[in-house]
Amino acid sequence: MNGAAVPGTAAPPRAAAVPRRWTGQRRFFIGAAAFAIAIAAWFLLARLGVVSGGRFPTPSDVWRSARQIAFEPGYAGGTLWQHVFHSTRLVLLGFAVAIGTGVPLGLLMGTSRRADLLIGPIFSMLRPIPPLAWIPLAILWLGLGDGAKIFLIWVSAFTPALINTYAGVRSVDPTLIEAARVHGAGPGRLVRDVLVPGSLPMIFTGLRLSLQTAWMTLVAAELVGAFTGLGKVLATASLDINPGMILYAMAWVGVMGALSTKLLARIENKVLPWLKH
Amino acid sequence: MAEALSVPVVAVGAAARRARARSREAWLLPALGVLGFFALWQAVAMSGWVPERYLPGPLTVARTIVELSTKPYSGATLWGHLSSSLVRFGTGFALAAAIGIPLGLLMGWYRWLDDVVSPFFEALRFIAPIAWVPFAGLWFGTGIGGPTLVIFSGAFPPCLINAYRGAKYVDRRLVEAARTLGAGGPRIVAEVLLPASLPAIVAGLRVSAGIGWQSLIGAELIVVASGVGYMMVQGQLNVLTPVVMAGMVAIGIVGVVIDVVLRWFENRIRKSWGR
Repeated sequence: MNGAAVPGTAAPPRAAAVPRRWTGQRRFFIGAAAFAIAIAAWFLLARLGVVSGGRFPTPSDVWRSARQIAFEPGYAGGTLWQHVFHSTRLVLLGFAVAIGTGVPLGLLMGTSRRADLLIGPIFSMLRPIPPLAWIPLAILWLGLGDGAKIFLIWVSAFTPALINTYAGVRSVDPTLIEAARVHGAGPGRLVRDVLVPGSLPMIFTGLRLSLQTAWMTLVAAELVGAFTGLGKVLATASLDINPGMILYAMAWVGVMGALSTKLLARIENKVLPWLKH
Repeated sequence: MAEALSVPVVAVGAAARRARARSREAWLLPALGVLGFFALWQAVAMSGWVPERYLPGPLTVARTIVELSTKPYSGATLWGHLSSSLVRFGTGFALAAAIGIPLGLLMGWYRWLDDVVSPFFEALRFIAPIAWVPFAGLWFGTGIGGPTLVIFSGAFPPCLINAYRGAKYVDRRLVEAARTLGAGGPRIVAEVLLPASLPAIVAGLRVSAGIGWQSLIGAELIVVASGVGYMMVQGQLNVLTPVVMAGMVAIGIVGVVIDVVLRWFENRIRKSWGR
């Protein structure tokens, strides 16, 4: 019974019925057809007047919004390009600060039992507070500007970065560490040549998670209060009751989330070629 | 002889001493860390570097929590706000489970359904739950419907994905045995796939509860007129930092309680259904 539970043998039921090379194409065609039907239905419903634009946008509403925000003076204080650029810059800055603090602290806690015992409990005490719950405090402390956003991104991305680095260091084969020590590696070389490379796969897993929460937190923070950014576009569109713009901005939130995840996977493949997905 | 004996005895004594020191460290250091954290916080709050209204000490926050649990702030006591948050959370979470789990199982069995739903699911997955807030308010209002949609959009994907994966990795022999004995699609889904993927499903529930609770807080910061998130926003607008921090503590504690309950549930399921 357990034999069949081994991943390699537990093929999905019915997979054998369809030849391998057909499944991918079949999937693609059915998916594309479903999309096409949904979009056609949207156009049709708009033409028939079922979707009237008051609560759900018609295709022409979305098109108008897309054109409006693409050119100067844009919408909600800037063009789409300016909003996207602003949000991306904040995510990258906050993310850099989170990596710069989370990874070293994770390395420290992973290597030193004392540091782990001292810092670990504080951290587990603060961790259950979700990043979004920090938004009001961030606004109180730092206002509606970029500082508050970077602080929030740091709060959200720091935890996954730290936890995964810690787990990564712990997963390094102790024999490797001992071997490096026996051959005279000092603490600096041990970290640089053994612990960091050994825990990189886990660190990247953490970074992927951090990047996702960072985006989500930024959009939420911008919805609550900001001067520019994709979340600001959403908030303004919501106040203006402009469903076309809401849908368009949501689509861009999705595109940016997908792009950043893909980009990180690319970097991961470059840095860790031996683990290529 | 005496010499030969005495050496190990000394070594054992030293090892025992070291072990005792280690175990003393194991509770002393965490206690020191946590106490140090609170002491530092209190000290900074009292030192006057940061105005007290922006950084109240832990004692002030604790006092605020006690006060808020009897005296209403922005419409309700802390308990009142928590319970309206929990009702919203429960509704959104239950809906996500009630739709996501059956859909995931069915997608695990019916290939065409998988092929049709997956592209939409993949396209929507990258949109942060919080980005649904404007539509949620527009479509379902700001009472219970709007926030429920936001929680749903956060809690739905893990429910669906785990049910789907659970169904895909069910032991093929069980499925084939059921088919040989004449079970049709719906019966296989209900009587083979569902029980066999129960551990995976419950694990998914835990993840989705965590994301759902998070999304709820986000939604409450923006659209509603009650709930812990709303209380915090009111505190922020009135520059009442202790109220904001009390809200954060309450959110953290409720999040932990939800997680502990579901973990207990998960362990029970795993014991009785897992392999």
